[in-house]
Amino acid sequence: MLTRILPMPLHSFMLLIIWLMINSTMSLGHIILGTVLGIVIPLLCQPLRVPQPHVRRPIKAAKYVLLVLKDVFVANIEVALLVMGPMRNIKPGFIAVPLDLRDTFPITVLASTVTMTPGTVSSEVSSDKKWLYVHVLNMPDNEQELIDLIKQRYERRVKEMFEC
Amino acid sequence: MSFATEVIISVLLIIGGVFVLIGSIGLSRLQDLYTRLHAPTKATTVGLGSILVASMIYMAYVRDFLSINELLITLFLVITAPVTAHILAKAAMHNGVKPMERTKNADLIKKARQQLPPDSQMEE
Repeated sequence: MLTRILPMPLHSFMLLIIWLMINSTMSLGHIILGTVLGIVIPLLCQPLRVPQPHVRRPIKAAKYVLLVLKDVFVANIEVALLVMGPMRNIKPGFIAVPLDLRDTFPITVLASTVTMTPGTVSSEVSSDKKWLYVHVLNMPDNEQELIDLIKQRYERRVKEMFEC
Repeated sequence: MSFATEVIISVLLIIGGVFVLIGSIGLSRLQDLYTRLHAPTKATTVGLGSILVASMIYMAYVRDFLSINELLITLFLVITAPVTAHILAKAAMHNGVKPMERTKNADLIKKARQQLPPDSQMEE
């Protein structure tokens, strides 16, 4: 019965919290409004959901977020220097990264990380979900190095996080 | 507001402004759509981040009010920025936008736009 009204209890709770944060208030009216939204929105979205693996190791996930934040900071400085320097130094290119992940949510997390970090933007996933195409702003001479970096530094950690 | 907080807020605002400016300069200087995607997705995250931190410090010290809207802006920015960049790159590939001449492995675009693995045979 409870699962009929609240198919995604965690999401309902998060919607309520974010609603209160957006309005920066704790007034009763907004708590009621937030609760109604928290119940109605999951009910509408429930039929659209595809079952996904959950994060099984929250501590690993937190460490991963910190690592990515650090890399984003470094990425900003690297890209800023490249952009301000002479344009002839920029050697763009595409690489195809083989994926060990199989589910769409972990692949989304990996692809977003790749986009946020140094000089790489994920641009397409093959339909069999085995390859991630990445555009690189400044290609090293040996492209295998970069593929290994993405696999070792990010994909391994995402895999540990979801235990899949 | 003490002198030290004023300095911290100003420095954060300057860093933020410089990074956002570099992101925009990159957008106009780089030569094709794919490389242009890099400038705004990267250079603006730290830029906007430090502007938002400066805003939080200002609100906390001057208005005595801990503002959490900035945290939400950061959260939504981190979720939406990579998805936008991905969709833009994907749309460019599917419309056959030409990359700049010295792009390595430019033939991967043809495979990618059909979502084929890179080692597959193309039927012409």
